[in-house]
Amino acid sequence: MNAPFSDKTKPLLSVRDLSKIFDISGGFLDQLTLKNGRLRREKTTVKALNRVSFDIAPGETFSVVGESGCGKSTLGRTVIGLYPPDGGEVHYGGERIDTLSSRRMLPFRRRMQMVFQDPYASLNPRKRVAAILEEPLRFHHPDMTADEVGDRVKEVMEQVGGDVQWLTRLPHEFSGGQRQRISIARALVVDPEFIVADEPISALDVSIQAQILNLMMDAREQRGLTYMFIAHDLSVVEHISTRVAVMYLGSLCEVADVDRLFADPRHPYTRALLSAIPRLGKKKSDHVRLKGEVPTPINLPTGCVFHGRCLYADERCVREIPELLKQDDGVLAACHGVEEGRL
Amino acid sequence: MSALLQVQDLTVNFALRTGDLTALNGVTFALGEGERLGLVGESGAGKSVAGFAIINLIGKPGYIAGGRVLFQGEEISALPEEAIRRIRGHRISMVFQDPMMTLNPVLTIGTQMVETLQAHRNIGQSEAEAIAVDKLRQVHIPSPEKRLHQYPHEFSGGMRQRIIIAIALLNDPQLIIADEPTTALDVTIQAEIMDLFLELCRQTRMGLILITHDLAVVSETTEKIAVMYAGEIVEEGRTEDVVRRPRHPYTQGLIAALPQGDDQRGTRLNQIPGTMPTLTRIPPGCSFHPRCPHAMDVCSERAPGPLPVAYPDGGGGMAACHLYDPNLGDR
Amino acid sequence: MVAFIIRRIVQAFLVMFIISSIGFAIKHNVGDPVWQITGISVSKAERERIREQLGLNDPVYIQYINFLKNAAHGDLGQSYFYKKPAADVILDKAPATLELVLVSSMIIVVLSIPLGVYAAIYPKRIFSRVVMGGSIVGVSIPVFLIAIMGVYLFSVHLGWLPSFGRGATVNVGGWRTGFLTVDGWLHLILPSLSLSSIMLPLFIRLIRSEMMEVLESDYIRYAWAKGLKKYRIWFLHAFKNTLLPVITVGGVQLGITIAFTILTETVFQWQGLGFLFMEAVERSDTALLVAYLMFVGMIMVVVNTVVDIIYGVVNPTVRIAGTK
Ligand SMILES: Nc1ncnc2c1ncn2[C@@H]1O[C@H](COP(=O)(O)OP(=O)(O)OP(=O)(O)O)[C@@H](O)[C@H]1O
Ligand SMILES: Nc1ncnc2c1ncn2[C@@H]1O[C@H](COP(=O)(O)OP(=O)(O)OP(=O)(O)O)[C@@H](O)[C@H]1O
Ligand code: SF4
Ligand SMILES: [Mg+2]
Ligand SMILES: [Mg+2]
Repeated sequence: MNAPFSDKTKPLLSVRDLSKIFDISGGFLDQLTLKNGRLRREKTTVKALNRVSFDIAPGETFSVVGESGCGKSTLGRTVIGLYPPDGGEVHYGGERIDTLSSRRMLPFRRRMQMVFQDPYASLNPRKRVAAILEEPLRFHHPDMTADEVGDRVKEVMEQVGGDVQWLTRLPHEFSGGQRQRISIARALVVDPEFIVADEPISALDVSIQAQILNLMMDAREQRGLTYMFIAHDLSVVEHISTRVAVMYLGSLCEVADVDRLFADPRHPYTRALLSAIPRLGKKKSDHVRLKGEVPTPINLPTGCVFHGRCLYADERCVREIPELLKQDDGVLAACHGVEEGRL
Repeated sequence: MSALLQVQDLTVNFALRTGDLTALNGVTFALGEGERLGLVGESGAGKSVAGFAIINLIGKPGYIAGGRVLFQGEEISALPEEAIRRIRGHRISMVFQDPMMTLNPVLTIGTQMVETLQAHRNIGQSEAEAIAVDKLRQVHIPSPEKRLHQYPHEFSGGMRQRIIIAIALLNDPQLIIADEPTTALDVTIQAEIMDLFLELCRQTRMGLILITHDLAVVSETTEKIAVMYAGEIVEEGRTEDVVRRPRHPYTQGLIAALPQGDDQRGTRLNQIPGTMPTLTRIPPGCSFHPRCPHAMDVCSERAPGPLPVAYPDGGGGMAACHLYDPNLGDR
Repeated sequence: MVAFIIRRIVQAFLVMFIISSIGFAIKHNVGDPVWQITGISVSKAERERIREQLGLNDPVYIQYINFLKNAAHGDLGQSYFYKKPAADVILDKAPATLELVLVSSMIIVVLSIPLGVYAAIYPKRIFSRVVMGGSIVGVSIPVFLIAIMGVYLFSVHLGWLPSFGRGATVNVGGWRTGFLTVDGWLHLILPSLSLSSIMLPLFIRLIRSEMMEVLESDYIRYAWAKGLKKYRIWFLHAFKNTLLPVITVGGVQLGITIAFTILTETVFQWQGLGFLFMEAVERSDTALLVAYLMFVGMIMVVVNTVVDIIYGVVNPTVRIAGTK
């Protein structure tokens, strides 16, 4: 397999201070507001990512969790180059990729693939499965013969547990789980190293989720894949990840190995999140109840983005943005309370 | 425990152009006063249809084709329209899945609460508003007096769902049917809403039917579980029994498919092969047999009836599976 | 909200600008005003002098700017037939048309809402099927046919209603109204009915389909589950939501109704703007044509703008920022 860096200590993906801002103010007229009786022009922006930094080592399954709208999908898309960042850097295999021209980016587009949440929307409904799978292969390997392309497609189809007969059918003829297999096959067909999977199982039923998770774990074993896995189901994240990043309102709160995170969460938000996971057969409810409401990323709170809901917030939290700091055991946490040892 | 609700052999069909489709096939269960029951199953299993059928509110091509529903001893499935209307929102309340779609976007929260009271009780505006404020406070909505005059879009999803729960509580019902009340919400908010349900059930002794696809959520909240598959209840029992010692192969597969926490990390999950059949193509015999690891010859020939299953501590439940038929040899 | 209203108003000006451009283009290209003013018996030099005087030798853009300037002051040129400012002629005839449109709109509203709502609530009932079938027929019969059939039945055959003209009118502060006399009302019946016959079927169908969609929604199902009485669900919960799209479409349709007055007024010899327009076309009265275009365009724009703003006020979910 073409993994150019066997050096396990060097990160495969390295993200530094990544920011992404969406301008949602619309046309000039929409930007007008009336303030104190005077007409003013104001831009409305969504701060979807705020100086996010992390590394992913080869072979890892790095999960990103957080509530809806916290920026998980934006992070995945920015990392893979679907959105240009508004600040910060993305390095892949030691090379900075966020500034590359689209031609120079081409080889990276093969090495990094994405799988989307909605298996209904992400497959072209008018194309047969064979065409869907052949297209990226032809694009990235123009020198491949038709036979080679066909063989490769069949091989991948079998690997995702599909049938060769599927190839002649259209996406709408498949169930959700089958479609998600096809999306995964489409990502695998170009033999990538790194896959960003954005909620690949959220639209599926439990009995089907297990099929897809197994498929992803098998592919990881067989091909030495590295995953960035975006999810909101924490028990699934706990099951398949090696490391987990917890996001809140576009910022990272905590990044830790999966055992450490679930055994000993540091950040107050992580604690609340983990305590909220429904567990089979757990009877008592020891949920940490947060106060307040989730703010919008349009008007970010000052200081720690979490301070309005945090049970431990003090004056410093309102004022100063906490840095993502390394703890003794390697856990990264962005919290003044943790830093000061009062948590 | 006296029976609050008894659903007996309830069958719901949808009259489609291609013929009748049976969405609910002879569903039977009972609920005591103050009892909490979880109705779980995959998408399309018929959970929502069951919930709506209880208050006789099946959408148009659908109709109740058989069976009956007894509420506090009264057969409510045969009541005339006006009489069942007096029960809906009054003695039995519902909470729907998507809080963004459930409230009427052009009416204020206050209007939508007051009308619910006035539909069932002869009270004035100010008295109704006072009750509304009280219930909003009960579901932890801050400054409820002001909130009454706001429209649904001015609230977050979690707050809307709490408002919907407050509306459900307005007339102090004896039963709440909550259809996926937290599926559209984040885990932290889900936990909050579930705690709220538990708190309310304990305070008021009202019954709860919690419809969800998430076994873990019901297992934390309810005392009994009924598992649905392709329009039928395939297993029913006390929550801890069903979760720890599932008897029906479908329930067993479902539970094994869930990630089990720390010790099993990274291992392959147990998967149930195939998918649930669409209701127009339910296989003969046991509807689960093509996916069942224990299927026997009889399974494809004859549908299993509900069979009693026993637990070591003397408790009992029900499983619709030939494995528990004493006449077919034991297991 | 401010941005929303400003945007609507700016859009309105933009549309008016486009309409005025069309008006100018017509004026500039169709018919030589000098001929219309002078006739044939004038020398070439004299014509040239008039051309110069009228600014017809200026560059096009200067002419256009002058045209806009004058239009802004209500000067739309001189009607060649009436020998009066075109704007005055228009204003003189406008009340007749506006009253006709108003009565037709009332008929549409009063009939389409109950019929559409009924057909949505009871789609399977015979009466609903009759209404829906009738509305298809109504859509497909041309308006002049309905008008002529009405005239034949009620005027010629039964002799109940007058077949042309406005009847007795009363002048109230420069506005000649037919609303104050019985005769005026009798004269209004046939024209307004045939004018409303164009939009009525469309409105019934629109209201029915919108209402049926709303009746399928989650919040209506929820209203049933709350045990509300059916009339409250239909006429408050469902109808209020049905109204929103109907208001928007209604504004556009009202504008189209004004255009259809040309036909109706010609059939009934109704002395309004539509009638005037046909006359102006026959007499190649360019100034009057342009004035008609500008006036009717303005009415449509004003109506649409007002409707949009009402919509924004009625609908609590119109986003403040205006993003959709
Ligand atoms: N293309 C876009 N234009 C404008 N705003 C956007 C865009 N994409 C995302 N956003 C905003 O950025 C924020 C983060 O969105 P994102 O989709 O990344 O969240 P998420 O964590 O993936 O949420 P979910 O769990 O619901 O998928 C949200 O507030 C969203 O409204
Ligand atoms: N209006 C309808 N017309 C036809 N069939 C319907 C209608 N409503 C429901 N059904 C059928 O009834 C079956 C059960 O639907 P139901 O909504 O109860 O599923 P569910 O278990 O609630 O699933 P979900 O988890 O997706 O909500 C579905 O398979 C569907 O085919
Ligand atoms: S920094 Fe302060 S507000 Fe933020 S999580 Fe830590 S204690 Fe809470
Ligand atoms: Mg997302
Ligand atoms: Mg449902």
